[in-house]
Amino acid sequence: MKARITITLKPGVLDPQGKAIAGALHALGFGAVGNVRQGKYIEVEVAESDPSRARAEIERMCEQLLANTIIENYAYELEAA
Amino acid sequence: MKASVIVFPGSNCDRDAAVALEAATGQAPAMVWHGDSEIPASDLIVLPGGFSYGDYLRSGAMAAHSPVMREVVARARTGTPVLGICNGFQILTEAGLLPGVLMRNATLKFVCRDVLLRVERNDTAYTSRYARGEVIRFPIAHKDGSYFADDATLDRLEGEGRVAFRYCNATGEVTQAANPNGSRHNIAGIYNETGTVLGLMPHPERLADPALGGTDGANMFLSLAETLH
Repeated sequence: MKARITITLKPGVLDPQGKAIAGALHALGFGAVGNVRQGKYIEVEVAESDPSRARAEIERMCEQLLANTIIENYAYELEAA
Repeated sequence: MKASVIVFPGSNCDRDAAVALEAATGQAPAMVWHGDSEIPASDLIVLPGGFSYGDYLRSGAMAAHSPVMREVVARARTGTPVLGICNGFQILTEAGLLPGVLMRNATLKFVCRDVLLRVERNDTAYTSRYARGEVIRFPIAHKDGSYFADDATLDRLEGEGRVAFRYCNATGEVTQAANPNGSRHNIAGIYNETGTVLGLMPHPERLADPALGGTDGANMFLSLAETLH
């Protein structure tokens, strides 16, 4: 199966890169742009056909390595590879 | 004092740390490759600065799961002093030996210059040669050095006196202007609960010889040599 994992900064955590992106969008004339937050997107293929086992694996990967849960949240979708 | 310096792919301050340690202790440290699972008997373990694993994913995230880190964590838990400098500090937080995280500098810029630090404690193995409140000069060289922890963690660190060094001005005042990277509470370095694990972003090993323009950093290694013999 394939997991599409999105990692985002928790609310309240300063995101200078998001701020810089917002500033650049304003400079390009996108005046309607408000707050911008930058995150990460990771695709992981797992040799596992049982969705509940695959979910458990993906969550352990996120907790142990892919996200730093002090500052980041993660979410994912599973699909048949 | 016997020291070991852990070398990760992408470490670039391991030799500097070894030179500073040998100058202070008269004994060359063991250089331990990240893939090794054994560390020789050591009074001190140093995680040096650099860009381990190219800073992939997050600075220090990959190195924190290197084979050798299991042993580093085990030694730290049983009281062996562990010093993490710059990337080493990032690795210590990712490995869970120190709380919080080092985030992208608030300026988004890589900052490479000397900074002034206020020594918050001089009752640890790392700082006996300094005076409490002394202002010292160490270089910094990082892009991910903005110390972040949530309010509860910061309260705990402050309450337990676990802030080791703070960015300050020439008179020792902790000001926003003296903060090079946006760190909360101007934190440049912190201790674990027992004061045996220290992580800091500034580089003591880069000002540890008169030929380098200063010796403020040498006192950290001399403190360790005197305390951990």
